[in-house]
Amino acid sequence: MNPTHAAEQPARETPGPAIEPTEAPPALEVHDLTVAYRTQPVLWDVDVALPAGRLTAVVGPNGAGKSTLLKAVLGLVKPTTGWVKVFGAPYAEKRSWVGYVPQRESVDWDFPTSALDVVTMGLYGQVGWFRRPSRTHVATALECLDKLGIKDLAGRQISQLSGGQQQRVFLARALAQDARLYLMDEPFAGVDATTERAIFALLKELRREGRTVVAVHHDLPTVPEYFDSVVLLNMRLVASGPVATTFTQENLQQTYGGRLTTLSQAAEALLHRRPVDKK
Amino acid sequence: MTEGGIVISYTLWNVLAGSTILGVTGGVLGCFTLLRRQSLLGDALAHAALPGVCVAFLLTGSKSPLPLLLGALAAGVAGSLLILSIVRWSRVKEDSAIGIILSVFFGLGIVLLTRIQQLPGGNQSGLDKFLFGQAASLVASDLAVMGTLSLAVLAAVVLLFKEWKLLAFDRTFGASLGYPMRGLEIGLTCLLVVVVVVGLQTVGVVLMVATLVTPAAAARQWTDRLSVMTVLSGAIGGISGASGAIASGLVSHLPTGPTIVLVASAMLVVSLLFAPNRGLLWAALRERRFTARIRRENLLKDVYLFGERGGGRFEFVSRPALMGERGLGGAEIERHSLPLLRAGLLERFGDALRLTPAGLVEAERLVRKHRLWEVYLTRRLELPPDHVHRDAEAMEHALSEAAVDDLDEMLGFPEVDPHGRRIPRREKAET
Repeated sequence: MNPTHAAEQPARETPGPAIEPTEAPPALEVHDLTVAYRTQPVLWDVDVALPAGRLTAVVGPNGAGKSTLLKAVLGLVKPTTGWVKVFGAPYAEKRSWVGYVPQRESVDWDFPTSALDVVTMGLYGQVGWFRRPSRTHVATALECLDKLGIKDLAGRQISQLSGGQQQRVFLARALAQDARLYLMDEPFAGVDATTERAIFALLKELRREGRTVVAVHHDLPTVPEYFDSVVLLNMRLVASGPVATTFTQENLQQTYGGRLTTLSQAAEALLHRRPVDKK
Repeated sequence: MTEGGIVISYTLWNVLAGSTILGVTGGVLGCFTLLRRQSLLGDALAHAALPGVCVAFLLTGSKSPLPLLLGALAAGVAGSLLILSIVRWSRVKEDSAIGIILSVFFGLGIVLLTRIQQLPGGNQSGLDKFLFGQAASLVASDLAVMGTLSLAVLAAVVLLFKEWKLLAFDRTFGASLGYPMRGLEIGLTCLLVVVVVVGLQTVGVVLMVATLVTPAAAARQWTDRLSVMTVLSGAIGGISGASGAIASGLVSHLPTGPTIVLVASAMLVVSLLFAPNRGLLWAALRERRFTARIRRENLLKDVYLFGERGGGRFEFVSRPALMGERGLGGAEIERHSLPLLRAGLLERFGDALRLTPAGLVEAERLVRKHRLWEVYLTRRLELPPDHVHRDAEAMEHALSEAAVDDLDEMLGFPEVDPHGRRIPRREKAET
């Protein structure tokens, strides 16, 4: 949508094999990130570097800290330790480069507003304080609805939309943000087949434009089809890398198997050893 | 009303202006309180204003509006900060924290009020009007303060409408856009306290929350747009304020504040019942129409099924035979058949009924949906054939034509249902 983005970030034919640390900083770099709610650790020493222009799935069991990882990147939760960089700079400096798709259940869909109005919210960052969205903004929002194939539902009150249509409204809103890095919290959760196809098409389109997508994903069988790389998370980082080499039976076993015993014990041990351990 | 007319109308004018200002402001800001589900917080802030007023009086010894209102403002802010800290630093949940602060502050206010009234000197009388309001005591200087505060609140809502909409709808997303959601929230809460202060003299702390929430809840019934809702809520608030004031001016011993609340509540009841789409009456009507349609469709289908079993499509079916089908009474069959007869889908001979050609088309449409759904359930969900009839009974009334065509194609245009009965084809039905 914004031509300058495409120019600076040429689309890749195929995902590159490795990160190029000198020329292009990773789209997202998470270093030594630990997040705790009260005293309960949710993320533990997570290190991830994701190259630009790829579709990455964040995979892990319930309570593995997947949503928290996204929220920590966005500065919505305060990490205990560690830092996050977006395109080589702190998030606060690159905020407008990052788009966010929250979980669908996170809002009240009975709110008195229309699909178009919700999508227009994606442009509020551009609109700025005290101003109303202009005609151009609304036209852009309408375009985004069109890209998700629900332009005809623009005026509809959001509770009158099906779950899949609501999800598409959220994605259209993110599209309106015109970001380079998209963080999506379970975009495929509980949607119909049409919506799933529409979202997949959108992801491919975003990759073609050189944008980066990091999506929390629950449906393991579709990971190789929809995504280039994968981050396997279970409070700690289990593995991260291209789907072909990382999305293995062994890694999955480690992510999902015995999480209440091995991993939490390890974390517990680390928790006590930590001051000594950190040289 | 000739001699005292001027005096009465001067008071009434003040009451009218004060109540309307409060109604409009409360209604507008209340929309955000309602949508953020913070009605209880509004109530707590209103109650918390009472000790603030008392302390301000004790400190300044004056009853002029400004210091008292500043006291209320300070107490309201202190109350909301305490609620926030309780939630943040303890395991007490928000609703409990609000309840605690509400009662503690109100209790403190009552204690202070009682102490003040026992002080020597006559200056202290009249503070208790802040409990339930005493609009008749409004004077021009009060109105000036109320008007200024209200204008400030309305201006803030106009300026920050987009930002507060974002806060109310999707706070997390707003934060990801870089808007300081916490600051916006604090700002909104401060305005809530300001509105409470505006309403202190008119409705008092106890009933204050009604002027915030009731007009907003009523307005929500009529529209699906926040901007319209906000204006409408302001209008409903203003109208209830004005009519409450007039009513209490015309009828003696009718307290203004409670009357305003009652008028607003009456408007809410009307909205809950009669608003299109969201109103209860509307919902009941929709339900009734749907039930009536199901009954009509069932009767039509029953007549068709008799014909199918007996061989003759346009055979007359007697009423007792139809009564046996679903355990309906003769009068019910009669009632359900009337619209079908009128629509030309059925014909009658004595008490027997038969399909017309148009009725046959309609009946086959229904039977097709029913049987295709049965095929779907047995094939795709692998349910045994004797388990699918009930579900199909419901789906035949709910499936759209497009959906059933898709279903037909997906199933490969089956000829018969799981019970071996023919599935009417669309083409045949049309010829």
